[in-house]
Amino acid sequence: MMNGIPMEHGLIMAAVLFALGVTGVLIRRDILFILLSLEIMLNAAGLAFIVAGSRWVQPDGQLMFIFILAVAAAEVSLGLALILCMYSWHKTLDVDCASKMRG
Amino acid sequence: MTYAFYIASIIAIAATVRVITGTHAIHALLYLVVSFLAVATIFLTLGAPFAAALEVIIYAGAIMVLFVFVMMMLNPGPRSVGRERHWLTPAVWIGPAILTAILLAELSWVLIRGGGAVTQMENVSPKETGIKLFGPYILGVEMASVLLLVGLVGAYHLTYHLGRRLDEQEKGGNA
Repeated sequence: MMNGIPMEHGLIMAAVLFALGVTGVLIRRDILFILLSLEIMLNAAGLAFIVAGSRWVQPDGQLMFIFILAVAAAEVSLGLALILCMYSWHKTLDVDCASKMRG
Repeated sequence: MTYAFYIASIIAIAATVRVITGTHAIHALLYLVVSFLAVATIFLTLGAPFAAALEVIIYAGAIMVLFVFVMMMLNPGPRSVGRERHWLTPAVWIGPAILTAILLAELSWVLIRGGGAVTQMENVSPKETGIKLFGPYILGVEMASVLLLVGLVGAYHLTYHLGRRLDEQEKGGNA
């Protein structure tokens, strides 16, 4: 197809988003931003599945995206609950404060 | 449609960069919503309209609203913005950023060398997706439902103790 989008461009787009997410996890110390970066990475993985599903015109890519969506929803609910707990214990969102177990 | 893909990609990357370098949490959230909307446009150009709708409704809608609620409960003031600026000095982020950039360049090189496959522009309809979802993938649906139940019970359990602690603090403050 002449006016189609090359598959590797879509995959590179997903890789760029994933790399930005990894960078965010590595450079930020606010746990809220770390959770946002995890969302970016999950979204990038979903984008890769959609690109692959579009390459072979199969619905499987979108199905995997729906499952990733479910995982992201469960992860966000637990992550935000943990953030609330951490804020009530430490009165800060700095992950370095939570470096000890049973701290 | 091809130009729409590249424009949306640039918008998504720019917005995501602003998310991970932002100091104000609400601004970062707004940029993340923009990034998700751009990714939804990418899904549309790739012929996945159902996934694009889900991206807007669930990611940019429900999950981001959850973040906004928690941010309103925490209420990080101007003090935390200054603290973020203090934490985000170049000495902190330059090393990991360079290393991930090298990894990204390597991955892009591998993808480009892989050969020139072109994605089809034909739409995959929600009907096909639904038939496949509740046919061969029914076990995955069950596992996703169990996972969501785990999220529900876990969030309830974690914040149950939190609510009790807050009640005791209020009682202690009143007495």
